[in-house]
Amino acid sequence: MDFLTNDDDPLVIAGRSFNSRLFIGTGKFPSAASLRDTIAASGSQIVTVALRRVDLGKDGGDSIMSAIDPEKQLILPNTSGARTADEAVRLARLARAAGLEPWVKLELTPEPRYLLPDPLETLKAAEILVREGFVVLPYIQADPMLAKHLEEAGTATVMPLGAPIGSNRGVKTREMIAIIIEQANVPVVVDAGLGAPSHVAEAMEMGADAVLVNTALADARDHAAMGRAFAMAAQAGRLAYRAGLGPERAAAAASSPLTGFLGEDTAP
Amino acid sequence: MSFRDILDAWPRERLEALYGEVTPARVEAALERRDRRIEDLAALLSPVARPYLEPMAHEAQRLTRWHFGRTIGMYAPIYISNLCAADCVYCGFAVRSGSRERRVTLKPDEIRRECAALAAKGFDNVLLLTGEAPRAVKPRHIADAVAIAREYFSGVSVEIYALDETDYRLLCDHGLEGVTLYMETFDRETYRQVHLLGQKANYDYRLDALERAGRAGVRRLGMGVLLGLFNWRIDVLWLALHARHLQKHCWQSALSVSFPRLRHVPERFTVRDLVRDADLVQIVLALRLFLPEAGFNLSTREAPVFRDRLIPLGITAMSAESSTRPGGYATRGEETLEQFEIEDGRVTEEVAAAIRAAGYDPVWKDFDHALTGLG
Repeated sequence: MDFLTNDDDPLVIAGRSFNSRLFIGTGKFPSAASLRDTIAASGSQIVTVALRRVDLGKDGGDSIMSAIDPEKQLILPNTSGARTADEAVRLARLARAAGLEPWVKLELTPEPRYLLPDPLETLKAAEILVREGFVVLPYIQADPMLAKHLEEAGTATVMPLGAPIGSNRGVKTREMIAIIIEQANVPVVVDAGLGAPSHVAEAMEMGADAVLVNTALADARDHAAMGRAFAMAAQAGRLAYRAGLGPERAAAAASSPLTGFLGEDTAP
Repeated sequence: MSFRDILDAWPRERLEALYGEVTPARVEAALERRDRRIEDLAALLSPVARPYLEPMAHEAQRLTRWHFGRTIGMYAPIYISNLCAADCVYCGFAVRSGSRERRVTLKPDEIRRECAALAAKGFDNVLLLTGEAPRAVKPRHIADAVAIAREYFSGVSVEIYALDETDYRLLCDHGLEGVTLYMETFDRETYRQVHLLGQKANYDYRLDALERAGRAGVRRLGMGVLLGLFNWRIDVLWLALHARHLQKHCWQSALSVSFPRLRHVPERFTVRDLVRDADLVQIVLALRLFLPEAGFNLSTREAPVFRDRLIPLGITAMSAESSTRPGGYATRGEETLEQFEIEDGRVTEEVAAAIRAAGYDPVWKDFDHALTGLG
């Protein structure tokens, strides 16, 4: 077994099993080769592609699609650039009509400065797309209420952000993500803002089911090495979560008890 | 609140006072800060910041990669008309420029052939341009041109005379993605001296045009000042204030900034404030630090070597193999009047190769008509 994947602990989304818990975003790489190397080295099996960037009617040429091996990776089309539910729905239908599997990562970011997801339009689009038979993975603010509404609308996951997209700041929304994880009945994928393997490990230790990374990988000097580092972190965090991490404590906890001499005789 | 009110609150004297206060310590603080204010931008644009271009370049590169990755968007201009009723003394199209070369407005079949020629080179994002002739080249005609271009390209933007909100809406209904409109200069007096005729002589109407476009639903607003018309250190600060204003009022539109530098000008005009290479680099770097999320365009007005050097410093989109005459790609050859001479004459594939050599991926497609509902 490759230690980057774990065959006895698959990630299951909409009934489909994946051995890797690292999703990769494709938007910011300097070349098709660097993207291909990153995907290969990381063992990632879910790769998301902005529909506005690719021409699904045209073969070859495009550097993003040529880097993905559909035999090994699920192409997860995303609706980035959409400002309204209608626009996102049209993009998703376009991808399905072009022959991609009916999976869609909903990205509704009407505000181009911080690219923060619009909760109202996202919920609206999710309801329509679920009705039309899509497997919907919505990118959301770390909002536990919204996560519940989306889950009830039938989305396959929720994908709360750790920090503003591309910011490399880590799990800044930690408190809210912890609540989302605790409450969720669908896989929770922490998306956006994870800039270092330690951030990924942190999210996975908290019990996230998977993570999505793009900028930190695209911006690396050695793409393949960084892809591998992030995959190892996802795996390490997952193993630690399953092994049962002890709680964080403010004060030191002695491993030899100080009041042990009392024996059993401590009844009031 | 109109942007006019903000301009009134920031007269030239107040900006000059900002520059007067800059010290090396202020420049260093501006470099360190994460959310920069107009005072920080003044520090970074000031002569005091010249020794700091290198650290500014590193920060500009970091911010650009954060927001755009290592990609450069590719676009090309298509001039659909060179008719002009304005008299802008620096421009080759001006009605009184004295030029005797042909003035034409392309017919639909000619626009089609121009589009086909550019699409064959790989372009998927174009900018349609006209002169300032609202009566001869009506918004309706431009809307038709947008619809034709949409058959060939995913991204269609215009750089035309200022419109009313309803006419911007008309263009959006035909598949428009972006509007580029340079204020040329924010200095009212200089503006009056160089824009002598036509609607363009109306400073206030032009000043609010991008905001009208944003209200009409235009997704990408392109701004710029014509570098060389007026003191660039003052004009760029006004541009930055305008950008901030647009970000707040047109919050669903993405901003992009161009850096048109006056080069080859008609004989009757002399460039008053020459912008040197180091000046332009300082403008790009300082503005990147102030507007990390704005697209930065660099056209073929600039020379090949200089363009290549700017790729890793904050540029996010480049044109290639441009013609600035209507029909220049496929239909009219060199018989029509051009707006200005280009400096980078490399063919598209050469520019793309230079981008790849710099470690960036040329991006041809970055929009989809499924977004507009006209797919």
